[in-house]
Amino acid sequence: MSFVTRGFRGRRRDTEESARLPPGQYLTRDFPVLSAGPTPRTPTSQWTFSITGEVDKPKSWSWDEFRALPSETITKDIHCVTKWSKLDTVWEGVSVDVLLDGVETAAEYVTAYSDGGYTTNLPLEDVTDGKGWVAFAYDSRPLEPEHGGPARLLVPHLYFWKSAKWVRGLRLMGEDAPGFWETYGYHMYGDPWREQRYSGD
Amino acid sequence: MARATVQRRLTWRLARVVELIDEAPRVRSLVLAVPDWPGHQAGQHVDVRLTSEDGYQAQRSYSIASAPEDRGRVMLTVELLDDGEVSPYLVDEVRVGDQLELRGPIGGYFVWHAEMADPLLLVAGGSGICPLMAMLRHRSARSSTVPTRLLYSSRSFEDVIYRAELDRLAAAGDGLQTFLTLTRVQPTTWTGFDRRVDREMLVQVAWSPERRPVAFVCGPTPFVEAVARLLVELGQDPARVKTERFGPTGG
Repeated sequence: MSFVTRGFRGRRRDTEESARLPPGQYLTRDFPVLSAGPTPRTPTSQWTFSITGEVDKPKSWSWDEFRALPSETITKDIHCVTKWSKLDTVWEGVSVDVLLDGVETAAEYVTAYSDGGYTTNLPLEDVTDGKGWVAFAYDSRPLEPEHGGPARLLVPHLYFWKSAKWVRGLRLMGEDAPGFWETYGYHMYGDPWREQRYSGD
Repeated sequence: MARATVQRRLTWRLARVVELIDEAPRVRSLVLAVPDWPGHQAGQHVDVRLTSEDGYQAQRSYSIASAPEDRGRVMLTVELLDDGEVSPYLVDEVRVGDQLELRGPIGGYFVWHAEMADPLLLVAGGSGICPLMAMLRHRSARSSTVPTRLLYSSRSFEDVIYRAELDRLAAAGDGLQTFLTLTRVQPTTWTGFDRRVDREMLVQVAWSPERRPVAFVCGPTPFVEAVARLLVELGQDPARVKTERFGPTGG
């Protein structure tokens, strides 16, 4: 290390938990909130989830139809680009594999889109094969609006801005296109273990 | 303002502390000289990285409180957080002449430019004033007369950050009005608001939705949630209510 900050010691973290922290992250027990605007509050009676874009036939579910899909419990560590990480978070959600079941597409990317206009882009292969969910419960309780309820995308192996809150659908895309934060200089992919916070990292 | 795409790589720069300002009992500003600083927009933030002798590193994000016109200088204002790891160092340990690693500027949504002509509403809770102060300083530096109202919620008079400067800015008669609310303790002669920000207060202070204001709200998460929700309920366009939240975690 070439540079040392005079007088800074920091907290020693030579624990089992510290090994689970990607570079530049710190452990939190709380659940901080990051979003760019007011929290949208769409009642489930008006909520739908859709698969659109480059598909042979778009799909859409009402809330009741969505909740009738097979779901699973997911226990994962999550990492926010604002530096906090939270270990062993417990979610319940529908696998994106279930949502894409029977969908024919040549797309290689998806744009997740949300109430309030938020979007984020991901490679399709990063939300399939058991790597992505649409989560509707956190810690055995319905997902609160400020944490993205009624439902949010959950892609825990990428920085958490990729796990779009208030998600309403996935648009399948032939080419990668930057979403909301990506347009403002955040990384197109966002792997916390390679510390891909910003464009060029 | 078109979305400014920042595609240049953000490199770590070695900044030098040139001035320290005690702002409030647990709040200190650090004025940093940053070589080759590319400049910033009011509302953007930076990442700060501290490295201990054994190579351990910690990073945190801090809003920039200084105006873009303050060339080559970046002011960060840091509040000491209980159980914090980085804030105790920045508030209690850092001396003038010390060096810190920093990269940025980061963000491009929670920003205000003097060219934006719509009435401006700024709502701050505690140290959430920092990025809003950058906007007010930018506004002043550019001699803007955009109708602007600041509503700033603080625990007590002593906790009000940038108090003297806010008084000066509001006295300039250039279209800025400031409103303080002191939620816990008020001086005996206090005539301002003395409660948490509520609907009635926002009805009084916020521009009417017909004037198409743009609002920036910054503070702790529950504060921002409550204020943003109230503004939308009062008819403000959600797309024109921009928020920045501080998590309740140690920083």
